[in-house]
Amino acid sequence: MKEKTAGMLIVLTVVATIIGGVLATVYKTAAPRIEANRLAEEKRAIFEVLPGAARYETIEAVIPGDKGDETVKIFRGFDDTGQFIGYAYTTAGPGFQAIIKMMVGLQPDYLKLHGMQVLEQLETPGLGNKILYDDFRDQFKGLELHPKIDYVKNKKPEKPNEIQSIAGATITSKAVADIITEDSRRIIAYLKAHEGEVAEAE
Amino acid sequence: MAGKTSLGREFTKGLWDENAVIKQLLGLCPALAVSNSAVNGLAMGLATYFVVLSASIFVSLIKSVIPKDVRIPVKIIIIAGFVTVVDIFLKAMFPALSKSLGPYIPLIVVNCLILGRAESFASHHSVGRSIIDASGTGIGFTWVLVVLGAVREILGTGSIFGFQFLTEATFTPWIVMILPGGAFLSLGLMIGIINYVSARRGGQA
Repeated sequence: MKEKTAGMLIVLTVVATIIGGVLATVYKTAAPRIEANRLAEEKRAIFEVLPGAARYETIEAVIPGDKGDETVKIFRGFDDTGQFIGYAYTTAGPGFQAIIKMMVGLQPDYLKLHGMQVLEQLETPGLGNKILYDDFRDQFKGLELHPKIDYVKNKKPEKPNEIQSIAGATITSKAVADIITEDSRRIIAYLKAHEGEVAEAE
Repeated sequence: MAGKTSLGREFTKGLWDENAVIKQLLGLCPALAVSNSAVNGLAMGLATYFVVLSASIFVSLIKSVIPKDVRIPVKIIIIAGFVTVVDIFLKAMFPALSKSLGPYIPLIVVNCLILGRAESFASHHSVGRSIIDASGTGIGFTWVLVVLGAVREILGTGSIFGFQFLTEATFTPWIVMILPGGAFLSLGLMIGIINYVSARRGGQA
């Protein structure tokens, strides 16, 4: 009986060690590539939401959230003459089916958006996932955040802070508007409070 | 085992007569979940093929030293290890694909067709035979997922392998086909048609 137990332990240990070794090797080889992919995607999204940007700087901001302090990355974009053109940051929140994650570009006046790019979403194909399309995304260019992003149904928006919701996907449209409004508010509060430090970092 | 099956038969049985999805109804979760496009089906099929092949080889190599009482934990560790390798590989080399397959790659661990092959075949057969058996199973799984993915992609979006050949002007996409409902409809019809054909041919299975 004792021998049997020892055998089981030895085999399990040896097998687990071999597999563990294989995994460690594979992960070590792949980790730099995975990180590079993530950065490339982030970079593409930043340039997408900050039109005209030639380079950007990263600020690590500590922002109080619902669940304690959060470290958020805020990107400051500059055009090719070195002129500051705006901020970019990620926003995320619950959509219709899963978390919607977006990169948002903010103009230096803290009021108007440069644009929006969806990073992750699992909305209904054919309805909610139209947030990926230019027709919907273009509405965020120059959109005003104050007092909040609002949506109208089945007609052209009249106010500078309104978008037209996607027909049949009001929940998704509202979610996008609310997520951007909510997260932007916190980020703008931080930026305004730390304006001096941020500019000094240049 | 008694009565040696020919090597060719060992391979072809997985393609059709004992196909994991359409005959044994194993691995239905990934077959339903990620067959919304031909590319996703192909990727999931090949990922599963890699895992079933590696796990079968490994299990066959150490079959004589695995104590009977812990054979399931040992096999699960092996399978989970290879699944993680696939997951890391896709993340590093094909980030877009890895994103669209989402949690279904890690979930290959619980795909019972893999444990099934390891338990019922690789544990009792030589490495060579296990490779052939795993290849038949893996390729059999892959073709079903690609066909299913292609059907759903064509009807649901008017494209195939991402290439748009039906424009919105002439063709209204059947959105339901790329939603979960479309998976059940297409897989059910596919299994029905194939079994009907098999039965008509005299059903040696």
